[in-house]
Amino acid sequence: MTSTDTGFLGRLNWDAFPVTGLIQNPSANEIVANAAAAIVVVGVVAVVGILTWFRLWGPLWRDWLTSADHKKIGIMYIVFAIVMLARGVLEGVVMRAQQAAGPGDGFLEPDHFAELFSTHGTIMIFFVAVPFVFGVANYLVPLMIGARDVAFPVMNQIGLGLTVSSGMMLMVSLVVGEFSTGGWTAYPPYTGAAFNPGVGPDYWIWAIVVSGIGTTLTGINFAVTIYKLRAPGMKFMRLPMYCWTIICSSILIVFAMPPLGVAALLLAADRYLDFHFFTNDLGGNMMNYANLFWLFGHPEVYLLVLPAYGIYSEVFATFSAKRLYGYNSLVIATMSIAIMSFTVWLHHFFTMGQSALINAVFGIATMLIAIPTGVKVYDWMATLWRGRIRFTVPMLYGLAFLMLFVVGGLSGVILANPTVDYQVHNTLFLVAHFHNVLLPGVLFGLLAAYNYWFPKAFGFRLNEFWGRVSVFCWTVGFLLTFMPLYFVGLMGMPRRSFSWEDPSFHPYMITAVIGALVITCGLFSILIQLWVSIRDRDQTRSPVGDPWDARTLEWSIPSPPPPYNFAIIPKVTDRDDFAAAKERGAAYPTPDAYEDIEMPRNTGIGFVLCVSSGIWMFALVWWIWWLAALMTVLMILAFIIWSFDTSTEVIIPAEEVRKDHEAWLALVRSAPPVDRDHESAPENLGLARPDMEVVS
Amino acid sequence: MKRAPSHSYPGINLGEGHASAHKASEVVTFGFWVFLMSDLVYFGLMFAIYITMIDAQVGGPGPHELFDLKSIFAQTLILLTSSLTVGLAMLALKYNLPRARIVLWFGVTLVLGLSFLVLEIRDFINMAELGGMPQRSGFLSAYYGLVPLHGLHVAAGCIWLIVLGLQLRIMGMTDLVISRVVRLALFWHFLDLIWIGIITIVYFGGLAYG
Repeated sequence: MTSTDTGFLGRLNWDAFPVTGLIQNPSANEIVANAAAAIVVVGVVAVVGILTWFRLWGPLWRDWLTSADHKKIGIMYIVFAIVMLARGVLEGVVMRAQQAAGPGDGFLEPDHFAELFSTHGTIMIFFVAVPFVFGVANYLVPLMIGARDVAFPVMNQIGLGLTVSSGMMLMVSLVVGEFSTGGWTAYPPYTGAAFNPGVGPDYWIWAIVVSGIGTTLTGINFAVTIYKLRAPGMKFMRLPMYCWTIICSSILIVFAMPPLGVAALLLAADRYLDFHFFTNDLGGNMMNYANLFWLFGHPEVYLLVLPAYGIYSEVFATFSAKRLYGYNSLVIATMSIAIMSFTVWLHHFFTMGQSALINAVFGIATMLIAIPTGVKVYDWMATLWRGRIRFTVPMLYGLAFLMLFVVGGLSGVILANPTVDYQVHNTLFLVAHFHNVLLPGVLFGLLAAYNYWFPKAFGFRLNEFWGRVSVFCWTVGFLLTFMPLYFVGLMGMPRRSFSWEDPSFHPYMITAVIGALVITCGLFSILIQLWVSIRDRDQTRSPVGDPWDARTLEWSIPSPPPPYNFAIIPKVTDRDDFAAAKERGAAYPTPDAYEDIEMPRNTGIGFVLCVSSGIWMFALVWWIWWLAALMTVLMILAFIIWSFDTSTEVIIPAEEVRKDHEAWLALVRSAPPVDRDHESAPENLGLARPDMEVVS
Repeated sequence: MKRAPSHSYPGINLGEGHASAHKASEVVTFGFWVFLMSDLVYFGLMFAIYITMIDAQVGGPGPHELFDLKSIFAQTLILLTSSLTVGLAMLALKYNLPRARIVLWFGVTLVLGLSFLVLEIRDFINMAELGGMPQRSGFLSAYYGLVPLHGLHVAAGCIWLIVLGLQLRIMGMTDLVISRVVRLALFWHFLDLIWIGIITIVYFGGLAYG
């Protein structure tokens, strides 16, 4: 069958559904595939059922899906990321179980194992780390810079829609057809039409292209928001460190997402239209793909980890009750890392045939990045030094990060040496290295942010006990899973092998699967923590808004914040303006006058584009051309019609703002000030009594 | 803000008479510049791919057989003129000339843009008759990855011209529409800039090195 002679449903038929395979050939492999598909189907049915039973469709549509409020969009990003995280973790467990079931072939078919490591990587990078990072950024950045929303609220909603619809493609691929077996990097020619004619690589391509567009829109949005919407007096050198890292990440997105889009679209041209960009014959050149992909891929890891650095910077300062040490050096280090991240992409393929000189240049450039990173680590340690430290959940994640991330960074410096890389490339040593930077670096940071800012978003604190359990499980689970991989990697075990024979690997594989189970406990303890916290929310309410005696502007407003964030746009006079105001006794001022506030009106355009882009991708994957054409026209028309809509703002009257704000100010005046020893006590309503001289 | 608000973003800024539109344009126009930077990276990479694949003709037709410089010359003249006309629309806006003047220059720009596309598509058809299809070689893949990408941008610009022309008539000179005119002008100049790169690298470079 060729792409031009297909029927009404393209190449879609009954063989695309995993249950067909189960009936024809019942085996452990098919059972795992069907269980995964069943979880997706049951999950969808359950969500639809719950929404219908509790009559939540209306509120869901009015308050969330059509909302252009950056806070709600941020929360939706994070919910999406956590759902995808659950799938990614479970896939990791299945892969570790497969390898622990050796020596020999384990219980999965090779292609199924390949699908698992491809979806695991794709999901964890593009549909967990990116949406989680930008969910947190969505929530925080306008609050931190004293703005009422992002620069382009509707574009923000569209970005979310495109990210979610492409993530859904990975879910759909579990139920209809199969996903790529080419890894998250999808190197051709293996993913080209000659070797891989099926739908797998097409699912990968369109999910990457569409989510890449969504991410680019988000990056533009945040760059502009921070450049143009800062409150009066919020000069660049007064920005919270977190906002600096988001500027750098946004710049990285603006310049680094295009190479990914180009790589994926050219691969699509090869597969769909018989072009010869990366094929083996007729002048194709696979090295162009490797360069394009990593021209994106390396900045990508920094665009994920820099915001985590920003989160740690805020967490360490707050829970040490100190100003962040070495702010200027941290700003310079962040910018240096952002720029240098564009100069090292070649270290991802030292062994692919370029000259020793080029390898040496890129190896040295890679090692140089350790310098600004080292500056940061020392700055954070100096922030802790003689601070009034509280070992809260975010702080524990931060401390675990400080110790474990340095190990991951050092193994990176080892890999940056091309001669060493020749020995260990493509082994589990590499897998251990990047999990060592991504888990303690990115994921711990995001979980710290979740625990730290949760009371801001929902008005009550998360349960400390289950939070500590999750820190323990994630840390220990990480160590048990990935430290053994360093060793087997050095012993020569290739990554991505579904089968192995050397019996000396066995104990390490067993340890790793135990670690994976501990990580699963970490995942569940996060869910339990959420449930327990909601149940006990009357014990942990902090509506005044500042439960941690924190330093930046977002803590100076109610929890949860009103839709317009700030009743009066603050005038910033200092770095850590809120901490300085508390010190002067000038926090929570009573404004002289209120004014009407213009806010973006709800719109369905993001949802329309989400659904239509999802159907568009599905149609392209299955060669249903008429549907793809229809969706293309629909998306363009929807956008044009939306552009005729002139009533994009709603006015919140000054009187309403005054009423809400004065009610909150009355609460501030009546709440008991709570010092740091009683932070987790029920009387902590979010009014902090600074109990320590502020050391700068 | 001590600096005069006359230049709040690069390029032609609106004048004194557009106080509210000028302020509203500041954020969106800056955002559009950022978008153009990102789009420019797409083109930059496609240029790089083309350069690396100039030799990958594997016995298929090359630049000397395929490129028709007369047609390229005509396309260049048309596109450069359209940049002038879109600039005249922008000046009409800046100096508060009647709305019909802007619509007129938009119309001229649209005609020029469409003529450019017609000539370009005619070139592709001629090339196909000479065996210059993208499926033939890496070189031709790279050519068809880059030049039609620019053509697609021109087509998108034409749709935008039509929609915005309608909005000028229906919605009038609101702040929103004015800021869209500013952005469309930027986008159109950007297309011109890319075209300069295309004639230099794809056509002249192709003929010199291919």
